[in-house]
Amino acid sequence: MRVTGLLSQRGYNIESLTVARTLDPELSRMTIAVEVDPGLRQQVIKQMNKLINVLQATDLTESPAVTRELVLVRVRTAQQTRAAVLKEAEIFGGRVVDSSTEGFAIEVTGDPEKLNEFIDVMRSYGEIEVTRSGAVAIGLENKKLRLQPPVPTRAGNELEETVQ
Amino acid sequence: MSTLMSGARMLLECLSREGVDSIFGYPGGVTLPLYDVLYDHHIRHVLVRHEENAAFAAEGYARATGKVGVCCATSGPGATNLTTGLVDAMMDSIPIVAITGQVTSKLIGSDAFQEADTFGITRSCTKHNYLVKRLEDLPQIIHEAFYVAASGRPGPVLVDIPKDVFQAQGHYQHVTAIHLPGYKVFTEGHTGQIRRAVQLIRLAERPLVYAGGGIVAAGAATELREFVERTGFPAVNTLMGLGALPSTHPNFISMPGMHGSYAANMAMSAADLLIALGVRFDDRVTGRLAAFAPHAKVIHVDIDPAEIGKNRAPDVPIVGDVKRVLIRINQALAEPKAKPVAQAESGCRAWWEQIRRWKQEHPLQPVSSDSEIKPQHLMAEIDRLSEGQAIVAADVGQHQMWAAQLIRFNEPRLWLNSGGLGAMGFGLPAAMGAQFARPDKLVFAVVGDGGFQMSIPELATITSFGLPIKIVVMNNGYLGMIRQWQELFYNNRLSAAELDCFPDAEKLAGAYGFKGRTIEKPSELAAALETAVKEPGPYLLNVRVSPAECVYPMVPAGGAINEMVLGPPQPVVEAAQ
Repeated sequence: MRVTGLLSQRGYNIESLTVARTLDPELSRMTIAVEVDPGLRQQVIKQMNKLINVLQATDLTESPAVTRELVLVRVRTAQQTRAAVLKEAEIFGGRVVDSSTEGFAIEVTGDPEKLNEFIDVMRSYGEIEVTRSGAVAIGLENKKLRLQPPVPTRAGNELEETVQ
Repeated sequence: MSTLMSGARMLLECLSREGVDSIFGYPGGVTLPLYDVLYDHHIRHVLVRHEENAAFAAEGYARATGKVGVCCATSGPGATNLTTGLVDAMMDSIPIVAITGQVTSKLIGSDAFQEADTFGITRSCTKHNYLVKRLEDLPQIIHEAFYVAASGRPGPVLVDIPKDVFQAQGHYQHVTAIHLPGYKVFTEGHTGQIRRAVQLIRLAERPLVYAGGGIVAAGAATELREFVERTGFPAVNTLMGLGALPSTHPNFISMPGMHGSYAANMAMSAADLLIALGVRFDDRVTGRLAAFAPHAKVIHVDIDPAEIGKNRAPDVPIVGDVKRVLIRINQALAEPKAKPVAQAESGCRAWWEQIRRWKQEHPLQPVSSDSEIKPQHLMAEIDRLSEGQAIVAADVGQHQMWAAQLIRFNEPRLWLNSGGLGAMGFGLPAAMGAQFARPDKLVFAVVGDGGFQMSIPELATITSFGLPIKIVVMNNGYLGMIRQWQELFYNNRLSAAELDCFPDAEKLAGAYGFKGRTIEKPSELAAALETAVKEPGPYLLNVRVSPAECVYPMVPAGGAINEMVLGPPQPVVEAAQ
C-alpha cells in the first residue's frame, strides 16, 4: 500500500502491479509497470528506496530483463470459426483450458506485446472477456540484494538503576 | 529482571529508556489505560487544549533540542487532529514520535466508536508508521520508531496501539538490535566526490555557500563555520538554516529566496560555484528553476539521496551526513595542495566587492515611522532585546518573513518556524514545546493576529505550567500575506483577508490569569517589549502595526530570483501639459 501510495500521490499511472512471496517467506517481490517521464524515473526509484519496508527498488526499463505476463481469454465462437480459433491459439503457444458449445477459454503466456496481439486476434473472432495478470520481470544482470545488517542497541544498563 | 506488566506500563518503560522526559498529549477513551500509568510516572505529561498543538509542541521541543519530541492522542478524532503536525514534521525533517490509541483489535474495521484508519491516514505523512498487533512486538517497535525518527534524514514516526494491547500483560523483553534490512543510512561521503569538490573549490572565482536545515539537523554549525572561515567564501542561510552560521558572522550575507535579501538573491544568480549543504533547492529559494543559478557548478551534500538531483542536477553529488562530509572537506582544505589558484583568489576579491555593492544598494533596512509602528521596526526591537540569543518561534505569514529578515540568530535551534508546510497556528505551541525543552532560555512567540487566533486555547496550557513565554502579536488586522498577494496580483480585491473582532489583549490575558497589553505608538514599543521580557511569567503584547505593509523584496511566483520586486510600485506621474 505504501508503495502504490507513493506512486499515486505523485500522479503516476500504474499500468500493472503484481506481488508474491519469494523464497524467503518474510520477503515479497513487487513488479510494477508505471508510466513515468524518462527524466523522473531515477527520482521514482530513489523515493521507493527511501521507504523503510523496501529492501531494494530497481529500474528495469533499460536493463537486460525478461518480462512475462499471463492472459486468460474467454472467446465466444460460432460453429464455423471454432477450428480457426484453436489454430490461432496454437500459433501463439496458448493452451485451451476450457471448451464448451459457447466457445473457449484460452491461456497464453509471453511478453506483454505478444499478449496484446493475441487479444486483438481473438477480438476479431467474437465477443471476448480478458483477464491479464500483470507483468513480472526478472533482471538478467548479476546483482546481489544488499541488505542492511542489524543495528545493535546501545546497552540500556545505565537506565536499569532509574527504573526500579 | 522482567516483571509482568501491562502494555501501558511497558510503553512508558520503553519511552523512558529512549530518554523521553515529556509527552504532549490529550487523553481519550482508548488511552485511559496509558493515562492511568502516567498518573504517577516520572515522565511529565503536558495536557494541551487541542491535539494539533500537541504535535506542534512536540515539534517545538525537537526543533529546539534535536531530541525526539513525543506527542500522544487517542483514537479517531484525536489521531486525525495530529495530522497537520505530522505533515509539518515530515516537510521540515523534524524527529517526532506520535503515540496514538486505537480501538480494541477485534473491533478494527467495524466502524467502532472513535475509530479511524490512523495507520492508513498517516501512511504518507510519516517517515514510517506502525500498528502494534501483539504486545510482544511493542519494545522492538518503540525502539525502531525512535531510531527511524532520529537517524538519517529525521522525520515523524507514528505508533498506533490498540486498547487491548495497552491492557494486555506481558514481560518486558530487552531489545538487542534493530532489524531494518531495507533502511540504509549513508553517513560518510564518497572519497572521490569529496576530492572533486575540493578541486572545484580551489578554482572558484564567484563561490557561494548555500546552507540550510540539514546543517541544523546534523549539528554541523562548527564545521560550517570552519569551512566558511577556511575558504573565506560568502554564505547564505535558508529559512530553515537561520543560525547555522551566526547572523553576525562577516561572511553571512542573508537569507535567499522569495522574500530573501537583494544581495543574497543576486549572489545566488551570479555565482559560478554553489556549495549546497543540507538544503533541498526548494521552490521558495530557487524561483523559476530554469533560471536559477545559470552559471554555477553545484556541489550538493545531503543525507537523503532522493534530494540530490531532484530539482537541480549537481556537478558533484555527495550523499552523506553533512557534518561528517564537512569534517573531511575541511581536512582536505588544510592541506597545502588545496590552496586556491591565483586567478581564483583575485576573482574572489572582486566577487566580495560585488556582494558588498549589492548589500549597499538594497540593504534589509528596518523602516520606522513616528506615527505608526512599522512591522519591520517591531522585528528590529525584538532583535535588539534578543542579541542573537533568544529562541524565537514564529507563526506563518508576513511577520514570519520580516522576523527571518531582521532578527539575528547566533546559533542554530533558536529560530523555530514551519518552513516547508507553512502551517498557521504553529508559533504558540512550538514556543511552548521549546520552553519546556529549554527552561533557561528567553522564548518569544512572534505571531500574526491570524495565527495567534488559531492557538488561543493553548493560553490555558501556558498559564497551567507557568511558562514565561513572551507572546508578541504583530497585529495588522489582516491575513497579511494573503492581502499582499491580493493587492499585487488580484487587483486589490481583498477577499476574506480582513480579520475583524480581535480580542482585547489585556482582557484575554487577564482571563487566563496573566498580563497583556495593546500598544500602537512607536514611542511605546521599546519600553513595552522590555516590560514583557522582564515579567517573570507569560506576557501577551498585542502590537498594532501599520496595516498596509508588503514584504519586500519579493520574487513573484514563477519569477527568477534576480527579478525581485524591491518596493511598492511608484505612482506614475502624468507629464504636465
